Amino acid sequence: MKKLKHLLLKALDVAALSVFEPVVRLCYGEDPKAQLNKIGKFIVIPILAFIAFLGIWHVAASNIETKFGSMPTPPVVWAQAKVMVNQVFENMEAKQAFYVEQEQLAQGHETKSAQFAAAAELPKNTAQKEAFLAEAKAQGQLAENARNASYAGTPTIVYRVVHSLKTVFLGFLIATLIALPIGILCGLSPMFMAAASPLIQIFKPVSPVAWVPIAMILVGALYTGTSMEPAMISSAIVVAMCSLWPTLVNTALGVASIDKDHMNVAKVLRLGWWTRLFKIVIPSSLPLIFAGLRISLGVGWMVLIAAELLVQNPGLGQFVWDRFQDNSSAAFGQIFVAVFIIGIIGFLLDRSMIIMQRSVSFDAPVAA
Amino acid sequence: MPILELSNVHKGFGPPNNRSEVLTDINLAIEENEFVAIVGFSGSGKSTLVNLLAGLETPDTGSVVFEDAPITGPHPDRGIVFQNYSLLPWLTVTGNVELAVKQVFPQMAKPERKQHVAKYIEMVNLTPASWKRPKELSGGMRQRVSVARTLAMQPKLLLLDEPLGALDALTRAQLQDEILNIWDREKKTVVLITNDVDEAVLMADRIIPLTPGPKATLGQPFRVDLQRPRDRTTLNFNPDFKRIRNRVTNYLMDLNEEAKRLSPVKDLPLPAITPVHNVA
Repeated sequence: MKKLKHLLLKALDVAALSVFEPVVRLCYGEDPKAQLNKIGKFIVIPILAFIAFLGIWHVAASNIETKFGSMPTPPVVWAQAKVMVNQVFENMEAKQAFYVEQEQLAQGHETKSAQFAAAAELPKNTAQKEAFLAEAKAQGQLAENARNASYAGTPTIVYRVVHSLKTVFLGFLIATLIALPIGILCGLSPMFMAAASPLIQIFKPVSPVAWVPIAMILVGALYTGTSMEPAMISSAIVVAMCSLWPTLVNTALGVASIDKDHMNVAKVLRLGWWTRLFKIVIPSSLPLIFAGLRISLGVGWMVLIAAELLVQNPGLGQFVWDRFQDNSSAAFGQIFVAVFIIGIIGFLLDRSMIIMQRSVSFDAPVAA
Repeated sequence: MPILELSNVHKGFGPPNNRSEVLTDINLAIEENEFVAIVGFSGSGKSTLVNLLAGLETPDTGSVVFEDAPITGPHPDRGIVFQNYSLLPWLTVTGNVELAVKQVFPQMAKPERKQHVAKYIEMVNLTPASWKRPKELSGGMRQRVSVARTLAMQPKLLLLDEPLGALDALTRAQLQDEILNIWDREKKTVVLITNDVDEAVLMADRIIPLTPGPKATLGQPFRVDLQRPRDRTTLNFNPDFKRIRNRVTNYLMDLNEEAKRLSPVKDLPLPAITPVHNVA
């Protein structure tokens, strides 16, 4: 029992959820008064603050009239969230029905195909035989087409979230692949740093919106593949261009500020360049690298919404734009739902990066 | 035939217009299997000297020769134990020792290497903590890991750069005994850098004082002929021990007096100030 408690506390600590520590301690009956006090201060008060926020929002929103109707209040937004969830289920049902229908269609064609093939055996006339065989083949092709048809309904919110996540991780991957090697080189060589510094300083403050046309034109000119939509690649490139800087700068700092003692160890052991890089330099800068990656992913997620909105990548950004074009008060409410979804996903991404950061950080205790 | 020889070594730092000469005219010859202690005040250039021996620094003039070849850089034959342990915090005790072993004995097969690592961890009595990371160890345990790492490289010369300086008195005594035990078994040439005269007398065959810097140089050597193994509990009553300790201490104190006399600032003119109380 005691061990379980210890594990729970450690898990909370690693997940950066130590606000819930008093709850665990209270469950084990440890100094209830102090725990209740902490729960009051750090759990109940934040909940009250959130309720207060909803109250202020409600009052303020009720008094604002827009051309989309009145500004959505929390209950309206909640209702729209339910509508969106229902759409997801309706869509799933429609999709299922579509595939059932397609299967029936395919079977119909197959039966016909078999009939024509059987009929082809009967006549002696070669021309007629061939005509039957051709018809059998055509029916077989139709059956195959029916099976291969994919459902093309309007994308649901779940589809959009998944698509946005795919895009942001693609962009984040590109950013990491660029930023890590350049950051390491910058940290290792002051000369390289001096050479890269002007470029970093100039490109770092560029707004994502400025990269959008460049990315779209370049992808249009250079990308000929079909496995990914060009819009997704353009958005990912914009995400990468904006989110690679924190990782790059942090990696360079981590590598440059490596402990002199550790370098002395490397010298005394006469480690080769690669061994030194992988056994000393990278491990010792991992905490800072991960701090950089965490900021990068946060920036990337923020930039993604703007990029999707402009590039028309069918993710959350495009959803916001579509709802805006819809000109209805229901759509206005759904924009608010999207804001909450974007915020919560950003929060979860950040949390998962914190956990990763903690698991590589040798300064803080790591859960066993 | 000395295993290690320094002749007319000079070492300074900084640009020519603002140069601080740390070591001047260092001459030193160390025989094989000898235990030499170099004793000096803080800031006298002890660490610079040990860096020269390790090959982490090169002398401005003069030569440092180890086994008939001039030292050009670090080498596993000259193992160094740093004052601040210098362990890699992301590796366990075993990992820290293994990294060194892998580098120095690349031809060793994995089972053999594991055995080798375990042997040296056992030698410093750390087997129960072999899976821990440096952060989870006390200062004394960390320094033991550092000693094990250096010994596992099987160096011919062991350089100890104030290895026990940061430890409390009890841990320090314990580690001194452990190092002496290991030295007795492994028979290595040892250069111990320390600021503790008792430690030097307890451990070394020969004590060489380093005069206070800048422009530090080696002073008159003292031979320690106390019988080994030396027992710290009875040593305090041993007249020879007391005599050597007092001679070394007095010598160092005189050096310090002299250094103070020679220092350019004799009397700092202090302004006549009287404190004012209760100012409204």
